[in-house]
Amino acid sequence: MAGHYDIIVIGAGHNGLTCAAYLARAGRRVLVLEAAGQIGGAAVTSELAPGFRVSTCAHILHMLHPRVVRELGLKGAGLDYAARDLPTVALDAEGRHLTFTGDGIAAQDTEALSEADRAAWPDFRARLLRFAAALRPMLAEVPPRLGTKHGGDTLALGKLGWRLRRLGAEDLREFLRIAGINVADLLEENFESELLMGAMAFDAVLGTRLGPRSPGSLLSLLYRLTGRTAGGPARLALPKGGMGAVTTALARTAKAAGTEIRTDCPVARILVAGDRAAGVQLESGEEIKAGLVISNADPQRTFLELLGPRHLDTDFLRRVRNIRMRGTVAKLNLALDGLPRFTGLEGAALGGRLVIAPDLGYLERAFDHAKYGEAPQAPALEITIPSLHDPGLAPEGQHVLSANVIYAPYDLKAGWDAAREGFAEQAIAAIAQYAPDLRQYIVAGQLLTPLDLEREFRLTGGHWHHGELALDQLLMLRPVPGAAQYATPLPGLYLCGAGAHPGGGVMGAAGMNAARQVLAKEAA
Amino acid sequence: MSTMQAVKAVLGTPFHARTSALCRTNLWGRWAGYTAAEVYTEVELEYFAIRNAATLCDISPMIKYRIAGTDAVACLNRIMTRDVAKLAPGRVGYAVWCDGAGKVLDDGTLFRLGEDSFQLCAQERHLEWLLDSARGYDVSVEDQSEAIAALALQGPTSCEVLKAFGLAGIEQLKPYAHQSYESVIGSLMVSRTGFTGDLGYELWVRPEQAEALWDRLVEAGRLYGITPVGTRALDLARIEAGFIMTGADFVAAAHALRHSRGRSPFELGLGRLVDFDKGHFNGRRALLEEQRSGARYCLVGLDVAGNKPAAGALLYHGRKTEVGQITSAMWSPTCKANLAIATLRRPYGETVTENLWTEIYVDKELKWERVKARCKVVPRPFFDPPRRRATPPLAF
Repeated sequence: MAGHYDIIVIGAGHNGLTCAAYLARAGRRVLVLEAAGQIGGAAVTSELAPGFRVSTCAHILHMLHPRVVRELGLKGAGLDYAARDLPTVALDAEGRHLTFTGDGIAAQDTEALSEADRAAWPDFRARLLRFAAALRPMLAEVPPRLGTKHGGDTLALGKLGWRLRRLGAEDLREFLRIAGINVADLLEENFESELLMGAMAFDAVLGTRLGPRSPGSLLSLLYRLTGRTAGGPARLALPKGGMGAVTTALARTAKAAGTEIRTDCPVARILVAGDRAAGVQLESGEEIKAGLVISNADPQRTFLELLGPRHLDTDFLRRVRNIRMRGTVAKLNLALDGLPRFTGLEGAALGGRLVIAPDLGYLERAFDHAKYGEAPQAPALEITIPSLHDPGLAPEGQHVLSANVIYAPYDLKAGWDAAREGFAEQAIAAIAQYAPDLRQYIVAGQLLTPLDLEREFRLTGGHWHHGELALDQLLMLRPVPGAAQYATPLPGLYLCGAGAHPGGGVMGAAGMNAARQVLAKEAA
Repeated sequence: MSTMQAVKAVLGTPFHARTSALCRTNLWGRWAGYTAAEVYTEVELEYFAIRNAATLCDISPMIKYRIAGTDAVACLNRIMTRDVAKLAPGRVGYAVWCDGAGKVLDDGTLFRLGEDSFQLCAQERHLEWLLDSARGYDVSVEDQSEAIAALALQGPTSCEVLKAFGLAGIEQLKPYAHQSYESVIGSLMVSRTGFTGDLGYELWVRPEQAEALWDRLVEAGRLYGITPVGTRALDLARIEAGFIMTGADFVAAAHALRHSRGRSPFELGLGRLVDFDKGHFNGRRALLEEQRSGARYCLVGLDVAGNKPAAGALLYHGRKTEVGQITSAMWSPTCKANLAIATLRRPYGETVTENLWTEIYVDKELKWERVKARCKVVPRPFFDPPRRRATPPLAF
């Protein structure tokens, strides 16, 4: 019956679509409402300049949950990879780069990577991957509540404990030792190569408000390593057609199962009747009723703006207001009419993920500026040239360059509207140190600061993950106690976005878990 | 020669010059950052003055907030468990407020000063909680604790004192009502409220009026036996009145270190103050759940056999099973009964009211003796004289 829905999902980001697809497959009548003109949220491909298309925000797929891919049949729905097992290249100004491929590491000579580092790497990497593997099953589980006598909670906690215990005494001891420390300390214990440490630390701090010497930055690296997509743990892939291909496939799956998706429908507020979510009112004034509302919007937007404080308890609201979610990453997209040459980088390596983070001090200094609301003098970057793998993204012989730039503090003192151009210039200058001829190829460019991400993609604070991924905001604390099992204090309102467990990255696990929880708790 | 001087961490109230001059015992307690006289002369004398004459008690340390704005009713309705809209301007209501878990943060009195303006009087400080609760409402919250001095004038002759003081028409003021009056010391607010369960008033003035108010009342009350009383005598009167006190009969949820120590309104015998029909308020969902699954505790008044005050004593069912604890207790000279306020594990005290015992330890010149006394659940207030409600009060 048209116009009559069991469930409204607010936001057609990857988690909203995943959640909708699962629910529609279970027979629920689902309507997905997207504020923007296109589906996808921050997992979209857009036209940068005529003929040039690029993953607007998220650009590398490394966490998309294999269960989502398998269960929703995303490959059949058109998801394909332009590249898998993307190597990471830690750029060196003199061209003595380090290349990380899968679990291995390669360098031109011992000056770039000492024998000791080369020898230490496999064990170090293997151990981190063991830790990540112990944590990985939690991604697809509903976090247990603490302090209940409910059997399911006790079992889930027990399972977590058991998985860690199974690491064995030595690994468990090491895990407990390092879980809360900073990544720089651990790297310095194991390595001497500045370039290696810089690149590893970059992975730990990207997307967080942490520097390599901030406590908890190691956990953030482990979190990243829990990702398993495109055939193996901690592998990097580029979806064919850009990141929008992922959400396009999800939307196709959801629609095939009967989900209705409406774009250009910003939700103004969540309707409440008799202390239960009853539907939504759009900014246009239109009211749409449904028995359940699931929000893919971030928790602050969901609770403070869409639902409003009147339906929530003061202490819960305090927790929501205190969620740490000020973004630090800017996205730089460039359209290039030729391929720039990176000093010392040949062939396939150029198609890898290029990281500019030459040493720990470089990163930490960049973070220092962000701490005080300033832009760094020398930003760190993660660069891809996806058109090398996916020629359809740019006219023949031409390219798009897509880069994450840190640190770009959301709360920049100078104000982003005044500082945007200067920041973009600094980011380009940073790349140009490694690719001196870059500027001559630039035909169009775009810099999305956290403020732009907030404005255009409705990410509060411009934070990728809808909230920092840190010990105090993970598992049963994500986004806040009282809403950490996808259900919220308001009956009939659920969360399914990155603000919920297990968090951000184009993963889809939050949407999948939320759907499972809704199906378990809410009768059809 | 210089003398060392400390910055005073505890302040005197606006009445301090008067109260300290009269405090023979020099026994002072702390009350919300102020010194408060515990006893002026003798607790017993002061207690009997409360029940037989008129008494002055400096209640300035009480925490006072002004909540005002077009959303004042809506905002207070999200904070309080009762329906504030039903409190008419000019009225005072007893209220409790809870955290999200439905545990009481404090109790207090809510004065509706006007359509959109309230004064909240509380035991504990709550500014941050109130401000956080007020976000999203068109309302201002101001701490008025220092801006308002307050005096409780309680006892059967208190109305006569106010008449002599010159408050025209004061005898028409009804219980739980407040009104502004003109007087020799300027205008002041009077409410017919108090902590004694008797005829009595509370007077609210600006600090600069305080000393004149005290002096004029003492003068007006000379023939009516006006006596300053301290917090200990007041505590006896409040037990007889059956009032519970934060920090004595329950732990404020925000202060409880052990999270199971928090108490819901139902567990404090205040279920009548919970209105589920008015829309959302802090703790509503938790309280609904508690109503469904049943409260853990109940709070009752007890008549304890014998005459030994049972403060802090444990309660037993059938002399063996521990079922609860007495939180406030006294021998009541007026009721001629050994009174107690107690918290019991349900269903004890609620459906199981027979065969309840308490174990009292009595110090007989450093020889401790154990007394087992039978307890009977009795309604509160223990002391409830008709004069408490009579309007106009009986003239003396």
